[in-house]
Amino acid sequence: MPRAVTTQKKILNSAISWALAIIIFFPIFWIVVLSFKTEGDAIRTPIEVLTSTWTFDSYAVVQERSDYFKHFSNSVIIAIGSTLLGIIIAVPAAWSMAFVPSKRTRGILMWMLSTKMLPAVGVLYPIYLIFIELGILDSRTGLVVILMLINLPIIIWMLYTYFKEIPAEILEAARMDGANLRSEILYILTPMAIPGIASTLLLNIILAWNEAFWTLNLTAAKAAPLTSFIASYSSPEGLFFAKLSAASVMAITPILIMGWFSQKQLVRGLTFGAVK
Amino acid sequence: MKQIELNQVSKYFGEIEVIRPLDLQIENGEFVVFVGPSGCGKSTLLRLIAGLEDVTSGQILINGKDTTKLAPADRELAMVFQSYALYPHMTVRKNIEFPLRMAGLDKKERNKRVEDAAKALNLTDYLERRPGQLSGGQRQRVAIGRAIVREPTAFLFDEPLSNLDAALRVGMRLEISELHKRLGATMIYVTHDQVEAMTLADKIVVLQAGVIEQVGTPLDLYHNPKNTFVAGFIGSPKMNLISGNEADKMGAHTIGIRPEHLSITKNTGLWHGVVGVTEQLGSDTFVHLNCESFSESLTVRADSDLSVAYGETLYVTPDLTHLHKFDKNGLRFDEKA
Amino acid sequence: MFSYIQSSKPIGTSKVSTKHSRSLARIMVAPAVFALLVWMIIPLSMTLYFSFKKYLPLRGGDLGWVGFENYTRFISSSSFWPAVATTMIIVGGVLIITVVLGTLIALLLDQPIWGQGIVRIMIIAPFFIMPTVSGLIWKNMFMDPTNGFLAHIWRAFGAEPIQWLSHASLPSLIMIISWQWLPFATLILLTAVQSLDSEQLEAAEMDGAKPIRRFFHIILPHLARAITVVILIQTIFLLSIFAEIFVTTAGAFGTKTLTYLIFQRVLESQNVGLGSAGGVYAIILANIVAIFLMRIVGKNLDR
Repeated sequence: MPRAVTTQKKILNSAISWALAIIIFFPIFWIVVLSFKTEGDAIRTPIEVLTSTWTFDSYAVVQERSDYFKHFSNSVIIAIGSTLLGIIIAVPAAWSMAFVPSKRTRGILMWMLSTKMLPAVGVLYPIYLIFIELGILDSRTGLVVILMLINLPIIIWMLYTYFKEIPAEILEAARMDGANLRSEILYILTPMAIPGIASTLLLNIILAWNEAFWTLNLTAAKAAPLTSFIASYSSPEGLFFAKLSAASVMAITPILIMGWFSQKQLVRGLTFGAVK
Repeated sequence: MKQIELNQVSKYFGEIEVIRPLDLQIENGEFVVFVGPSGCGKSTLLRLIAGLEDVTSGQILINGKDTTKLAPADRELAMVFQSYALYPHMTVRKNIEFPLRMAGLDKKERNKRVEDAAKALNLTDYLERRPGQLSGGQRQRVAIGRAIVREPTAFLFDEPLSNLDAALRVGMRLEISELHKRLGATMIYVTHDQVEAMTLADKIVVLQAGVIEQVGTPLDLYHNPKNTFVAGFIGSPKMNLISGNEADKMGAHTIGIRPEHLSITKNTGLWHGVVGVTEQLGSDTFVHLNCESFSESLTVRADSDLSVAYGETLYVTPDLTHLHKFDKNGLRFDEKA
Repeated sequence: MFSYIQSSKPIGTSKVSTKHSRSLARIMVAPAVFALLVWMIIPLSMTLYFSFKKYLPLRGGDLGWVGFENYTRFISSSSFWPAVATTMIIVGGVLIITVVLGTLIALLLDQPIWGQGIVRIMIIAPFFIMPTVSGLIWKNMFMDPTNGFLAHIWRAFGAEPIQWLSHASLPSLIMIISWQWLPFATLILLTAVQSLDSEQLEAAEMDGAKPIRRFFHIILPHLARAITVVILIQTIFLLSIFAEIFVTTAGAFGTKTLTYLIFQRVLESQNVGLGSAGGVYAIILANIVAIFLMRIVGKNLDR
């Protein structure tokens, strides 16, 4: 509902907005600054920090000392793996519910959503036990499966709402134009569904990348993704601001960029279509 | 030659009867319009012919062949949808080409047909655009283009103009009419707008509640409506339908008289009433008279130079040769006959 | 996605489905239903099973059935009520901050301003920061009482730096978590604000309604639904907040929430029976909130 306003008002609004934005964004900005400092400089007063020399040392140290890339690749594999697995299971399900709805479709959708509300801590021990039994504790396989399961309801819902938006008349037009089921799926439905599938993919990679209950509780050194790798920085005492900052910056940058692209899908994905 | 024939076709959605068993013949090259209020089953009837819905009972013949069980693609019909139903991810060229691709035509033939259609519809400059970049009227033409390249047996139009604004609608109406003249193909057109029906049709089918009320040429329907429903539905402004005392006097349950068949004077006449709203259209003026003896106001056409004032009392006399009489079932009867 | 298509009929009114396609559809849904069913039923029934047992994996293992003892013990333990209070304070505090600030920022961003795109990006950024990272950023670089950014600021004004996470543990946690969730509230409320018909506001302006009254009589009622959705969804996520506490206070200084308490019972002290009973309580609590959320979502499905 943007409306024309006076320049004066625009200046005021802009000033307040920018002030808020700078305050909110400041912690992120600050760790980027600290990550380019020496440990000694990183703990000095803000003005001294800004005026001290800049260095890439912390990034080098983080990578050398802590196998950063192992954890990074764990994160990549777990986030992408769980999302792809979820999409493979969700596409047919969402597809059939959107295009061949039955009396039970609504009930199934709501039930799937309800599984998302299950508090993780309520089933922590059983999952822990099952993982030990199956020998997948501290394995990427185990995390791929569990993150797929917790995000599956969101994936199905997002895809369902996207598929639902494909108008029935377009499918009818295709049939009038002589398309059989195969060409209908190949030439009409799939190309129209791809943007929706892509946004779903994006948002769920973000959610899986940042998941920090199961990744903390079900991994140790071997399969730990970046969430648990960063958490390991909570114990050591002393001067480590620069290294922690460098590690953090590396952990959040890829997802921050993806996140900026997925702003709109975020609303749809996290409110299950309840806010448009 | 009868091209499309419906024999005792009916349609139920679950328990709800949408089309009662009906018969209908459509001749080769005819422009047939299905018209009726919303929910009368006109779109469903079109979709039954298209094959997008299965008939509950009855038979649909196209060119003498029973197509009742055939898939839409095999009926050799083309359809233009209300929402245009263009494929959003394809360019205009690809949209128009799609049915030809499905029919397995070779690339050269496809290009030739697409370009011919584009030229005929003034779309040549837009062939590489996507539907999202086109205006409503252009989208409409793409939808028509997609239909004509197939050279179908008949064209089906499902309220194709209802998403356009008023000015564009008149223009597209003329274009469709011209297309029909040029191609000489059979067209079936669904609309709720009786003006569209009157201007386009060779034959109008008036539907109400899943029943065909009357079939005929536009003028036939206008001059000889079979019942009060058709009388009230066809024509704008509406025919005045009067029941009660005045109708009884003329030996009918209801009498109907069109606004142009009432002559208006300032001093004497059969009926009199007080002037309410007057609509001045330039060529004509329509006066709404509130008569004591009728429950509804009477619409009268007057010369545009007649000056009347709100609240003035005027007298009107019906032209008895154009008076329609209906019995208590709403059916028209003629004493002369 | 296809907003320019003025569709009149939703899918489903047409008879797309034959008997064949229906059974195919059922096969297509099956894997998803099966996966979620297994995910729901097996762990849940195990939790229920353990909750009626004295089960100490490191101290004797399965020590037999105990009926409802775990349930009563969990509630009567000295840490239970403080944990409930902590949970409520954190959830309530975060909700108030995020909804109020979120609404204001959404209204502000809806106005024409310079650099709207960049402002928007900066404001939503915290949502994409992984919880362990944001916990640690705040704990160390900002709230550290000797070297943290805030300590430097306090000293610059001659004040004694605050021992944030030990002396003001709950407000600190609320601040950290609010920082993470404010973007979510803002983004959703902004979407809702943008769907408000400007003619409605202009009509109110014509009727002589002052800005404050316009806010309370038109904007707020319009946002009511979105605010409800934000509250419900955030509540569900906030009830199970874990990583932020894990990396900052590890449950010390009165920051032990219900979730954290259960985590400690199960994995730290390995009292699985007791922890499982707590888990059942947590599930019931989450379900109460979920019912309300589902009702709103369900209504939207019928639209």
